[in-house]
Amino acid sequence: MGPHSTWFEFLPGYQSLRENLEFYLGRKWTWQVFTATHFEINHLLSGLLVFAVLAFFAIRYASSVRRASDGGAVPPPHFCLRNFVEILGDMIYGLIEGPMDSKNARRFLPLIGSLFLFILFANLLSLIPGFLPPTATLKTNVGLALLVFVLTHVYGVRAHGWKYLKHFMGPLWWLAPLMVPIELVSHIARPVSLSVRLLGNITADHKVAAVFFALCPILVPLPFLVMGVFVAVVQAVVFSLLSTVYISTAIAHEEH
Amino acid sequence: MRRITQVLAPLATFFIAVLSSAAAFASDAAPDVTKGYLGIGAALAIGLAALGGGLGQGRAAASALDGIARNPQASGKIFMPMIVGLALIESLVIYGLLVAFTLTGKI
Repeated sequence: MGPHSTWFEFLPGYQSLRENLEFYLGRKWTWQVFTATHFEINHLLSGLLVFAVLAFFAIRYASSVRRASDGGAVPPPHFCLRNFVEILGDMIYGLIEGPMDSKNARRFLPLIGSLFLFILFANLLSLIPGFLPPTATLKTNVGLALLVFVLTHVYGVRAHGWKYLKHFMGPLWWLAPLMVPIELVSHIARPVSLSVRLLGNITADHKVAAVFFALCPILVPLPFLVMGVFVAVVQAVVFSLLSTVYISTAIAHEEH
Repeated sequence: MRRITQVLAPLATFFIAVLSSAAAFASDAAPDVTKGYLGIGAALAIGLAALGGGLGQGRAAASALDGIARNPQASGKIFMPMIVGLALIESLVIYGLLVAFTLTGKI
């Protein structure tokens, strides 16, 4: 196993799957930043693994709430999956209640919660030796950031109608030729910054940990793994908090 | 002002020396210095980014610590925005790091 191979290599059929997908989906052209690349499906499989783990948590939590005698009102006294999921949900709700009021927070909790949990578990997956994090590539990050970008505009139009586009013209009508390019650029900078921030943090973290693993694999990488956990949580928090702020500014009503 | 001059003078001398050496080599079948410039560009990208990021994050953390020192009970409410602020400042450093990676990849 080299520095870029994962446990997924030992799955039967991995090599032929990779070659088939490369034949149909591979990129041969290069332009500017997009240099020649070798096609990998590690990150796809890691993302699917994170999705499977989250789906498992969700299904077990739902069935344990249904099984509880009081309809799930009282949390169980010992540490189990139900407590863990409830703590996570409470934490995410407290996080998004800051920028949004409580009605909107409850409405957007599924979206922001899914983003947060996917990014958190995907970042944490990078700390297990033998897995490449799916968030260390632009493929998953740009997908998540574009999702947030498209959804802010969809929710904005849904809340305001087509008057939502008047946001771009700024506070005074004769400033519009100046404000529209500025607003456009700042809107396009949002998914770029969201994805690149996550990419840079997780890749740099992974490289640093890899260097120290190569130097001395016993006990020395421990502080870097601790920092990796911290960075994983902080980046998930920052991504979801920024998405919440973008959505809440798009649907804000008070200024009108 | 004098300190800035003290830093800028050696840097300016260095750049003048490099550029003039490129001009001197250009007269006779210049060896390709592109890779050298790419290397220096990558190092400067991450170096300056880390410099600015360090200063910015230092100021953010310093004012957060000031706020906690004045009012220890508010430390919970100060901690969260401080972390978000640090992450946003750090993202600019990460952009510089990405430029460094891109340039190093082109060597």
